[in-house]
Amino acid sequence: MNIIEVTNLHKRYGPTTAVEDVSFTVEAGEIFGILGPNGAGKTTTVECLTGLRAPDRGTVSVLGLDPRRDRDELRQRVGVQLQESRLPDRQTVGEAMDLYRSFYRRPADGGRLLEMLGLTDKRKAQYRTLSGGQKQRLAIALALVGSPEVAVLDELTTGLDPQARRETWDLVEHVRDQGVTVVLVTHVMDEAERLCDRLALIDGGRVTALDTPAGLVERVGAQHRLRFRPAEAVDDRLLTDLPEVSAVQHQGAQLVVTGTGNLVQAVTSVLAQHHVVAHDLRVEQASLDDAFLTLTDRRIP
Amino acid sequence: MHALTRLTIAEVRLFLRDPVSVFLGVLFPAALLLGLGAIPALREPADEFGGVPFVEAWAPAALALGLGIIALQQIPVVVATYRERGVLRRMSTTPVHPSAMLAAQLLVALGAAVVAGALVVASAWLVLDVPLPQRPLEFVASFVVGFGALLALGTLIAAVAPSLRLATGLATFTYVVAMFAGGVFLPQFLMPDALVRVSAYVPPGVQALLESWSGVAAAGGTAAGPPLMLQVGIMALLAVVVGGAAATLFRWE
Repeated sequence: MNIIEVTNLHKRYGPTTAVEDVSFTVEAGEIFGILGPNGAGKTTTVECLTGLRAPDRGTVSVLGLDPRRDRDELRQRVGVQLQESRLPDRQTVGEAMDLYRSFYRRPADGGRLLEMLGLTDKRKAQYRTLSGGQKQRLAIALALVGSPEVAVLDELTTGLDPQARRETWDLVEHVRDQGVTVVLVTHVMDEAERLCDRLALIDGGRVTALDTPAGLVERVGAQHRLRFRPAEAVDDRLLTDLPEVSAVQHQGAQLVVTGTGNLVQAVTSVLAQHHVVAHDLRVEQASLDDAFLTLTDRRIP
Repeated sequence: MHALTRLTIAEVRLFLRDPVSVFLGVLFPAALLLGLGAIPALREPADEFGGVPFVEAWAPAALALGLGIIALQQIPVVVATYRERGVLRRMSTTPVHPSAMLAAQLLVALGAAVVAGALVVASAWLVLDVPLPQRPLEFVASFVVGFGALLALGTLIAAVAPSLRLATGLATFTYVVAMFAGGVFLPQFLMPDALVRVSAYVPPGVQALLESWSGVAAAGGTAAGPPLMLQVGIMALLAVVVGGAAATLFRWE
């Protein structure tokens, strides 16, 4: 059964179209990623999902509910962690937890949630004294405090250090393992690659691709990349004349050769013929990053 | 109801943890009145003040000072901060509508105002020999309506100000105007008659408070102001109109 169904969602703010045409479905128990560059329409899509905004056109159904009409029921069953939402500075972690628990029919065990998020010893700490990672973890705890069936997490790891980021990822997997369907909004590729079962790539207010992370990478083609520092200058044409090579780029002293097939063999033999030594030779497989750039045709800002 | 109770308790805690609002809004009016009362001349009956001592004539102004801090500084700044930092947005993703948070804020403000008022009346009575309000029901009515109108103004500022900075600026401006009209900065007998007449209707209604407390007119008994109930009625109307505008215009984010 589909937990979330979005069909031909369209939303504009005055003259700007935030979401042109977005459709996707999310299945029970998966981590579904909404990926896209900044300003692609991710947050608006999520706001329509959670009933914070009314779509101009199209339909949204979450747990069989209409997010606008069945607003109260939806809020009981969907936990949301939003960007740019904070708590009062002088509220303590424990107070926020108790307060938010009182809003729900089936509140989760607050003590266990704090323990799971490593915030137990911060119970009495005021919000303003928490670090960025702790604030983010508290936001996740509050999104889970109503024992939701669906958790929507928007730009979860923004501003976290690599250690905190990894811990947060473990946490999201843990949440999913407890049977919660997770919608994860992100523009961080390794986050999407590591966590998501399926991804919707949104760009310019449209879904440009909908697949598993591996499927998206495959879609871009089995391109390899060869990166090395030639001991002396190499005429680009030596390489571009090879059938395997599709592009040659200079990045400082490094040459980056992109291509298909037996690229490594072809390039190294040409170099050997011309007695050019290749230092620091590395072969890179296409990643979700490449897929993202190819499919959105722009750099992540 | 349950959520509103919990929210109100939470907001009371937050209010008490903010030393500036507690001091300026709740303790300062009584402290200032007691400080001025320490000057012997200000405890002597004076003709300028309708035959009562300065401290008695000025006590409602001291109260207005605190009510103004609560309604025109605390409320707009807290609400604008809550909006700007996404506290209201966070709340709107839960089963509880963020309006419950605003209602809790207003209850806290009312509570703080009642405590501030009780402190001023009690310290004036116990320490400065100012009699208790002579027309208690009318005093309470003036207090509630005057503060309600002030609170409506504060909420309207919070409702429409696009940023925290602007909310703070507008709130401070309104505060200074309300305090000036209330005779906080300048005794009313020094003000032009026209201004005195208008100021009878400016929240929190210092003249109405004074009249129901001491039975003297604010302008020193020379120019009898408009009837008490007219002052209170007009402020009540103002509270309803301004409060209604605030509710209609309120931006949640």
